[in-house]
Amino acid sequence: MTVQNPNSFRNGPDETGHFGLFGGRFVAETLMPLILSLEKAYDVAKNDPSFQEEMRSYLTHYVGRPSPLYYAERLTEHLGGAKIYLKRDELNHTGAHKINNVMGQILLAMRMGKTRIIAETGAGQHGVATATVCARFGLKCIVYMGAVDVERQKPNVFRMKMLGAEVVPVVSGAKTLKDAMNEALRDWVSNVEDTFYCIGTAAGPHPYPAMVRDFQCVIGREAREQMLEREGRLPNSIIACIGGGSNAIGLFHPFLDDKDVMIYGVEAAGHGLSSGAHAASLTGGRPGVLHGNRTYLLMDDDGQIAEAHSISAGLDYPGIGPEHSWLHDIGRVNYISATDTEALEAFQLLSKLEGIIPALEPAHAIAKVCEIAPKLPKDHLMIVNMCGRGDKDIFTVAEHLGGMD
Amino acid sequence: MTTRIENRFAKVRAEHRAALVTFVMGGDPDPESSFEIIKALPAAGADLIEIGMPFTDPMADGPAIQAAGLRALAAGQTLIKTLALVSRFRQGDSETPIILMGYFNPIYIYGVERFIADALKAGVDGLIVVDLPPEEDAELCKPALDAGLNFIRLATPTTDDARLPKVLTNTSGFVYYVSVTGITGSAISDHSQVASSVARIKSHTALPVVVGFGVKNAETAETVARGADGVVVGSALVEAVRLSLVDGKATAKTVPAVTGLVGELIEGIRRVHKS
Repeated sequence: MTVQNPNSFRNGPDETGHFGLFGGRFVAETLMPLILSLEKAYDVAKNDPSFQEEMRSYLTHYVGRPSPLYYAERLTEHLGGAKIYLKRDELNHTGAHKINNVMGQILLAMRMGKTRIIAETGAGQHGVATATVCARFGLKCIVYMGAVDVERQKPNVFRMKMLGAEVVPVVSGAKTLKDAMNEALRDWVSNVEDTFYCIGTAAGPHPYPAMVRDFQCVIGREAREQMLEREGRLPNSIIACIGGGSNAIGLFHPFLDDKDVMIYGVEAAGHGLSSGAHAASLTGGRPGVLHGNRTYLLMDDDGQIAEAHSISAGLDYPGIGPEHSWLHDIGRVNYISATDTEALEAFQLLSKLEGIIPALEPAHAIAKVCEIAPKLPKDHLMIVNMCGRGDKDIFTVAEHLGGMD
Repeated sequence: MTTRIENRFAKVRAEHRAALVTFVMGGDPDPESSFEIIKALPAAGADLIEIGMPFTDPMADGPAIQAAGLRALAAGQTLIKTLALVSRFRQGDSETPIILMGYFNPIYIYGVERFIADALKAGVDGLIVVDLPPEEDAELCKPALDAGLNFIRLATPTTDDARLPKVLTNTSGFVYYVSVTGITGSAISDHSQVASSVARIKSHTALPVVVGFGVKNAETAETVARGADGVVVGSALVEAVRLSLVDGKATAKTVPAVTGLVGELIEGIRRVHKS
């Protein structure tokens, strides 16, 4: 029994994988023994100094950590309020935060003797990260990707193939991220002996939400230290975009018990919350059960899962990690949302002011910074998680803005 | 009080054969045709009927059952309509056990207590909920058992001897052995292993053990019947529905396509004399 400190927000999940009402292990019996053995293997690895040392070494020399905490001077001046820092996780190898988690899971998979890695991907960033690390260690890699996403994220599909991964376009259901996850689960049910399912976000059956969070917490730990070093104090607020929410929980978790730090999570409001075409599970959904966990989901009155919509393929998911659902219900994190249009404006603004082209995902966070920061005093310190770079999105953006001329 | 499921297995045992458990999707291809199909199943040879509760994201199902669920949803099927389908069936048949099979979310959204009450009222005998392992028994399994519904559990090749007791503890009615590590519709590769697995499960429980996944015709039904108390057929039946459709709509061939296959399957099963 671990002793729970009632004054901490960082003790979850409990032994059955629940964050309050959320989380759990809602999987078919075929997968249950696999999930239990994963949990056991992760518990051992987590407490093994040699595993931690191996992680540290690869994160430093292969991924390129720590990522800088950059003072966005011109954005700060432009908005005229809070002092804005960007946590530059887009500078990681493969261009996003996803590789922090993939490195951890693949090292664990190898410890467990697994030789075949499967993954789901939406925008393709998690797929690219998985294909990359699999190439590095000579592992077979199969990436499930919705056929719609294969079409709108072609550069990443090509990258995965170059890296030796097999990309399987998923044509079932809505042909996007949730369907890719269904298909990956079906693969896992069918290949139980040699296969490790490398989930890309802090969701799925226990222990995935906690494990992915732990691997992503390097973001928040670094940001906390870097801010203390730069400014001699903690930030006043931190902010990140949320699809499944792995970059956000990675930034948030090390700050959860710093009660004076305001925390903002930004969901994708698509065409607007009232339009029905959005991906804001917390704001527009309700608790339900999908993909192995109970969490906020977009669905109809019969419990059928709804299609999400976002200009960002990485946020285009009708659910959210269970820990976010819990943090939402207890009120520790303030969840807000940004529309496609707001994200596109922020995408251009950051590119022009800072010479940093953000992915459309963190552009949602930047959009809300533009709204919040001007109302705050100049000594208010704010950290935004720049969880991915925008190279993959230039074609989507060009399409919306009417060309590159 | 003995249940419909117990009575039916007793009757089948008295006939010295295995039971035929048929799965069809509730509301596929449309509510009315679905009722006609289900109504015709017992006379065609089905001993127990599983009715699928369609769900948008059936993570353990293969293409055939995925497509059947989407056809039903497109035709407007809801959990309320599936329960109404059972009520209507019960008006003409008070003996054939009905088991609802599906995923947890639609039940959770309907409300667990309300669902259990309405299922009992409709004449449902048992539930199979794919994404509720024993670790989540508090959600639905225990309240359903307390209310008098059978909760039928899946055991799989990955359920080893150490885990079997946990899987069997809150199981009633019968045990459903999933013969392959795979999605519905996958083929069985090794029939001798299926028989030994059934024997392994039977050493842990007195409940009947039925085997599903991969049964497509009289021959595979016959082979599976040798080692099991019952044979489950699902994907092959919903495929028969699909192949009978024209432009996605039921035809005069739809009901006979299903009953014809059920007739072949029960023939295969009857070829095996169980002592």
